[in-house]
Amino acid sequence: MRLTLVELRKLADTRAGLWLLLLIGLGSVGTAAILLGWGADEEQRFADFFAFGLLPPTVLLPILGILSMTGEWSQRTALTTFALVPARLRVIGAKVAAGAIVSVAATAATMLLSAAANLIAIAAGGDGGWHVDGSLIWQSLLTELLFVGMGMGFGAVLLNSPLAIVAYFAVPTLWGVLAESIRALRTVGEWLNIGITTEPLSTPSMTAGEYGRLTVSALVWVLLPLLLGAWRMFRKEVS
Amino acid sequence: MITVNNLTKRYGRHSAVDDVSFTCPPGTVTGFLGPNGAGKSTTMRMICGLTTPTSGTATIGGVPYRRLSNPGRQIGVLLDASAQHGGRTGREVLSLAAFTMGVRASAVRPALERVGLDATAARRRVRRYSLGMRQRLGLAHALIGDPSVLVLDEPANGLDPEGIFWMRGLLREFADRGGTVLLSSHLLREVEAVADHLVVIGNGRIVAGGSRDELLATSGTLVRAADPAALRDLLDRAGLDAAPATDGGVVVRAPAETIGRAAAEAGLVLLELRPAGPGGLEQLFLELTR
Repeated sequence: MRLTLVELRKLADTRAGLWLLLLIGLGSVGTAAILLGWGADEEQRFADFFAFGLLPPTVLLPILGILSMTGEWSQRTALTTFALVPARLRVIGAKVAAGAIVSVAATAATMLLSAAANLIAIAAGGDGGWHVDGSLIWQSLLTELLFVGMGMGFGAVLLNSPLAIVAYFAVPTLWGVLAESIRALRTVGEWLNIGITTEPLSTPSMTAGEYGRLTVSALVWVLLPLLLGAWRMFRKEVS
Repeated sequence: MITVNNLTKRYGRHSAVDDVSFTCPPGTVTGFLGPNGAGKSTTMRMICGLTTPTSGTATIGGVPYRRLSNPGRQIGVLLDASAQHGGRTGREVLSLAAFTMGVRASAVRPALERVGLDATAARRRVRRYSLGMRQRLGLAHALIGDPSVLVLDEPANGLDPEGIFWMRGLLREFADRGGTVLLSSHLLREVEAVADHLVVIGNGRIVAGGSRDELLATSGTLVRAADPAALRDLLDRAGLDAAPATDGGVVVRAPAETIGRAAAEAGLVLLELRPAGPGGLEQLFLELTR
C-alpha cells in the first residue's frame, strides 16, 4: 500500500509527469469548451461531454504509464528504487496499481468536468440532458485501464522512453494495417486488433462476442507485455 | 558488519569479480581501492543485491541484502550520485526515500542541512545540481534511514577539497559511533586519510588487504644506491621484485635487512634504505593499472 502511494507520487513529482497531467486536464477542459462553443445544441449533453472529454486521458495517460516503467532505467533511479525495495515484483505491482488508480481518478475527474460543462450548457440553452447509459461509464473506465496497462507493459518490455512511446502508438497501428490488407490475416485481425476490439467500448451494452474479442486482444496487447516486462525488470542487472 | 564470501561475477568468459572475500567490522571505515574497472562497483552492487553473483555470498549483519526487511533503515547505499531523476527536486528525492522507508517527513530538512544543502538547493531540480551537490544529496539519501552500515561508491567524486574534508569527518564520526563504512575509491590518498582498513582490488581479484597501518608498513622497502645500475643487477641476481619509485629510487618487495645484507655482501653503497610507506602502496597501485 505504501509502495503504491510512493509510485503514485512518482507519477506526478517530476517535471514531465506534472506537465503530462496538466496537459490531460487542459485537454479535457478544451474538449468541453469545443462542444460548448461549436457543438450543435443537441450534442451539448452529459454523455457527449463525457465521451469527448475522455479522449485526452485515453491518449496521454498511457504515456504516463510508459514513463513510470522506463523512467527507472533511463533516469537510472532503479538503482535507488531497488536498493530500498529489493523485491522488484512488489515495485512493479505498485506501479500497475498506481496506474489503475490514476485511470479511475481520470475517469471520475472527467465525469465531474462533464457535469460542470453540462450545467453551463443548460444555462446557455444547450440540450443539457443528464442521461448516460450505466454500461458506458464502466466501459470507459475499462478503456482507460486497458490502455494505461498496455502503456506500462510496453514500457516495461522496452525500458526506453522514446522507443516505448513510439512502439506503443506504432506497433498496434501497423499490425492493424497489415491485418486488414492481408486477406489471410483478416480473421485474426478482428480478434487481435486492439484498436478495433476496443471500439465497442464507447457504445452502450457491449455484446458477449465483443467482450470475447476484447479479452483475447487484451491478453496479447496488455497482459503479455506486462508479464514479459515484469520478467525483464526482475532479471535485469541494475547499474 | 559486512561479510563478503568468495564473490564471483562472470560476464561470458570475462570475470569482472573473481573470488573476492573480505569483512568490514563495526566501528571501522574500510577503503575499497582499485583502478577504474577493477570490479569495485560490481562487488558493491552484489553486496546490495542489485547484481546477482555468479557464485559466492554477501551478507549485512549475517543477512543477504535481498532478505533484509526495509533495507534503508539498516544500510545506507550510495552507488551512483548521478542516478537520480533530473526532473525531481532534491527535497522530493529525499521525501520519496523517507516515505518509502517509513521515516517521518520532518527528517527530510535536517538530513539536507546535515549535508550542506540549503533551502534554495533543496527546491532546485536535480538536473541542475553539480556532481558535488549530487554526492551530497546521495549521502543524505543514504543517511536518512539512520542505518548502521554505509556502502558508498566513489563518494568523493566531484566534491571540492573542503567537501572531501567534510565527508571524511562525517564518515569518521559515523564509524566512531559504532557504524560500519565501506567506501570505494580509485585514489589511494583519498581513502588513506580516513580508512582503518584497506582492501585493494585489481582485475577482479583482491591483491592486498588488512589494516591501513599494517599495509603501509609492509608495502615494501625504498632503496636508493650510489650506482643504480649495480643495484638493479644485485636485485635481479637475488630474485627480488623491484619497481622504480617516482624519486629515482626503487621499491623492493622485501624487508630492509635482506636488502641491506645483500648490498653489504656486494659492497654496494646505499644512500637510502627505509620502509616505502604510502609511496609503496601507491607503487603497488600503479602496477595494477598497468
